[in-house]
Amino acid sequence: MRPVGVLVFPGSNCEHDVVRALGDLGAPAELVWHAETDLSGYDGLVLPGGFAHGDYLRPGALARFSPVMGAVSEAAAQGRPILGICNGFQILTEAGLLPGALRQNTGLTFISRPVALRVASSQSVLTRTTARGTRLVIPINHFSGAYTCDDATYAQLVEGGQVVLTYEDNPNGSRGDIAGIANAAGNVVGLMPHPERAMSSLLGSADGRGLLQSFVESTVLAA
Amino acid sequence: MEFALQVDVTLREGIADPAGATIERALPALGFSGVHRVRAGKTFLFAVEAPDEAAARAVAADLAARLLSNPVIEDARVRGDVS
Repeated sequence: MRPVGVLVFPGSNCEHDVVRALGDLGAPAELVWHAETDLSGYDGLVLPGGFAHGDYLRPGALARFSPVMGAVSEAAAQGRPILGICNGFQILTEAGLLPGALRQNTGLTFISRPVALRVASSQSVLTRTTARGTRLVIPINHFSGAYTCDDATYAQLVEGGQVVLTYEDNPNGSRGDIAGIANAAGNVVGLMPHPERAMSSLLGSADGRGLLQSFVESTVLAA
Repeated sequence: MEFALQVDVTLREGIADPAGATIERALPALGFSGVHRVRAGKTFLFAVEAPDEAAARAVAADLAARLLSNPVIEDARVRGDVS
């Protein structure tokens, strides 16, 4: 089993949590600095949360030009599982690997609390083993988490089963209560909630385990 | 030649602009009445080396579309001669 690459941009801050969470699930994971241009040694990739390049300009706007992103696009095209969590989701939309954009929360506040989610589609590397309609409680931690896109894109996402997670009680003004989406092939997923922070019921919730387990199994299948 | 240019980036019409809306809501308390359609945005100032102003503006427009704005949610306008 080859390791999952967890990308580290200047300003990423959730990379160690992700490595630890994947390790808990028996999956080896390695940190990969954003200057790397060869990702051929990894069966899956995670773009973790944080503030890549200080979130200057817009979250993800500068990270999109990091040297590693060319190889991320290649991996996406090859069908390798790629997961963007929070800031990683913002980077994937800025890079055009996922449609739409994340704008500032409607209330203009940074929101950091557990929220209730529903699995809206099982057609993704993150949700393939979780039944549609399953309720999960996972923390969010963001200022720019309101998903937005044009009408045509939204219709396409809904019809194609690409909306993978929705908020039960919309915290940020996200279109269609969207908390996470996938690309058409289902191998690239972005979500604002942090599954790596929901790994133990002793610490509030273990609902992130199933999602990350699904991702890990997908990396093995894709290898 | 060097041309001083400005790019203004605002959220597109139809995209919620919570900062603009919050500013607008605060205005009556300050005694401003009759001020509407407040939009918040960002301004970028820079100089471009180019043979003429049209070429400089073309560079600025490209830069604005590919980096300074996210066309999914934002509009960018180039303004020339801001020296």
